[in-house]
This record gives sequence, C-alpha cells and structure tokens, in this order.
Amino acid sequence: MKPFNSTMAMIFVVLCFLCVPGEQVFARSEVFKDMIYEPGELKPRDSELKVAVGESAPDFELPDLQGTTTSLREFRGKNVVLSFVPAAWTPVCSDQWPGYNILEDLFERYNAVILGITVDNIPSLYAWTRKMGGLWFPVLSDFWPHGEAADRFGILRSDGMSERAIIIIDGEGIIRYIDVHDINKRPPLESIVRELEKLNPQTLSLTPP
Amino acid sequence: MRGIIAAVLVLVMVFFSAAFLKAAEMVSAPREGAEFPGIAIPSPISEGHREYLGLRKGTTFMISQVKADIVIVEVLSMYCPFCQAEAPRVNELYRLIEGDPDLRGKIKIIGVAAGNTSMERDIFRDKYQIPFPLISDGDFILHKALGEVRTPYFIGVRVKGGEARVIYSRLGAFDDPASFLEMILEKAGEVGP
Repeated sequence: MKPFNSTMAMIFVVLCFLCVPGEQVFARSEVFKDMIYEPGELKPRDSELKVAVGESAPDFELPDLQGTTTSLREFRGKNVVLSFVPAAWTPVCSDQWPGYNILEDLFERYNAVILGITVDNIPSLYAWTRKMGGLWFPVLSDFWPHGEAADRFGILRSDGMSERAIIIIDGEGIIRYIDVHDINKRPPLESIVRELEKLNPQTLSLTPP
Repeated sequence: MRGIIAAVLVLVMVFFSAAFLKAAEMVSAPREGAEFPGIAIPSPISEGHREYLGLRKGTTFMISQVKADIVIVEVLSMYCPFCQAEAPRVNELYRLIEGDPDLRGKIKIIGVAAGNTSMERDIFRDKYQIPFPLISDGDFILHKALGEVRTPYFIGVRVKGGEARVIYSRLGAFDDPASFLEMILEKAGEVGP
C-alpha cells in the first residue's frame, strides 16, 4: 500500500473512533459512593432464550436473603414480574431495584409481585440491598447451582452473569412478556406497567394509549 | 521512507486531535462562581408550574429566564435511594420559601429527574407529593450538560440581568432545610458578579 493510501486509511479509522458515541451515562446514586465496580460497555446480549411467550414458565427454587427457599409456583394466582439483573455492585443494576422499591402500591394495583434475581451469593446480595435501604420484594440468589434458574429461561450469559431481563408470568404460570434488555441499559418502567395493564384490563390505565 | 514518516506523523497528529476533542466533550459539574451551562430545559407541562417559574409559553427555557433571584436545581432520580429519602426535606425547603413573604417568588426550585422517563418522573412526584416542577431527562441530556453528577446533587443559581451564576454546587443530601436555605442566602450575597 502506498504511504498516502495507508495514511488516509488510518485517518479514516481515527475519525471512526471520534464518531463512536460516548459511554452511556447513569445518574448514579451517592448512596453507593465509590463502591460500584465499572464493568465497561458489555455485549448487549449473550444468550439464547429457551422459553417463549405463551409457554409455561419453568419453575425454580431459590434461597432468599433470609435463607428461606422460594419457588415460582408459590405465587400462582398472582402476576409475577421476574427482574433478573446481571450482578450486584455494578452501575445499572444498582440504579434499578431502588426504583422498584417505591412501587409496592403499583404492583399491588396489578395483583403482581416482583422477584429480584441475580447469580450473586447471599452475603453479597445482603450487603448490596442493605445499602439500598432494604427492599420490600423478595431478592433471590441464583448462585448455586450457578445460574440454574437463569439458564432454564435461557438468559445465562457465557461469563456466568445473567442477562438484564424482565419476564412477566400470569397467575396461571404462563409467560406473558419477555424483555431481554440490553445489559448496559435499564428497562423503562413503562414497558412493565403496560404489560401488567394488559393482564388487568379492568384497572385504570397509567400509560398513554 | 520519507512518505512513511510523514504518514506516521499525520496519524499521530490526527490521533491527538481526536483525543483532545473527545476530552472536550466531557463536561464537569458546574463550578461555584461560574456561569450556569446555557442549556435549553424542557418547559413544564403544568400551567401552574410554568406560572411558578414565570415562564411564557414555549417548549424550552433557559435558567436565566426563570422569574426569581435564586434558582435551586436538584438533580435526582426515581431510582436513587438518597433522593427518595431526601424528598420530604426538599419539600420542606419549598414550604419554608413559599411560607416566607420575603422569599416567596424570589427563590424557585426545579428538579431534574436524570434518566427518568415521564412515567418514572410522575411516580416519584406523586409518591413524595413534590410541589415544584420536575423535569424528565430520560435521555440524560441535561444530566450530561451538568457534568454527569451523582444524585442527589444541588446547584444554587443566582439569576440577575439575564445572567445565571452558580453560587452553590455540591453533591449529597442536606440534613436541615432551614440551615440549607440560610447557607444559600449567604452564598447569594458572597459570590461576585
């Protein structure tokens, strides 16, 4: 390649670098101070779903923060929102569940319960959620066998973390909504509320038509 | 050979220019004594809130257009535990201002709900009965212009003659609304033109 051509090629590469958008910003809460680990930008999705809307949700049994085993089937008759997040002490995850913590009324309105699940072990989850001020909803550890529950849904990533996913299951145990979200972004609340409204058509809508 | 050296030199120059431009994109938090960033803020939808800020019709406004001597901007998020805990104290600050005939109309509060959609903003507003305007900043546009600060973050701005000067800029919650208000009033007198 002639020097001129190689120079132009290199300039092109650098200009491409310039055009790459900056890192996604998050309004991180001061509550975590400098304790959040920065994983950097991750591959948005790194798994293949094993379930689909309309199918029965695979059951699981996982320990909560008190060490009590909780199963999905216990919640039959209620709508269940599964909130899988990739890891404790990371930026987006730490800015997700604290928001759900002020939504108890909203979930009750839709006869729904939310279960927070990560592949972290209980001590780590305990410390993390204590820093959030405690959470009203069950937080379940999918640590051992590692990521088994996440894997049953097909949302276990190749690095052992789960995807950032919202899965909504109706009172009959049927999957009604799956959002395997870009791991680097927080799912907007609107999408959860819209799906819960569909399951409760008699309830006054909060979302725009 | 000379061509290769020239190519390498050009590449180095372009690389450093790119790095410089990238760095220039990074905005730091507003500094006390500096001008508040000239950003267009989405106008509140509520007529009452527009009236509170003294805004005419329009989709956006500048902080210098707020009808006040001092504007307190709180950057918050529905997803931030400290912001949730702080909400009653900021409401108390609002009530202290509105209940004082000498301050009412002269100090206004605006909340910027960083990264929060309209629904998330509304849930936070309704949960804590926030009386002052809360601006949804779902795409982090305002948050980025304000230096991607952590939350809650308070910025006091003195508005005078079309100019908006930062008199207070600090991360973290305040314990006592009355002391915070007193400190803001002191700062408003301290910071030079």
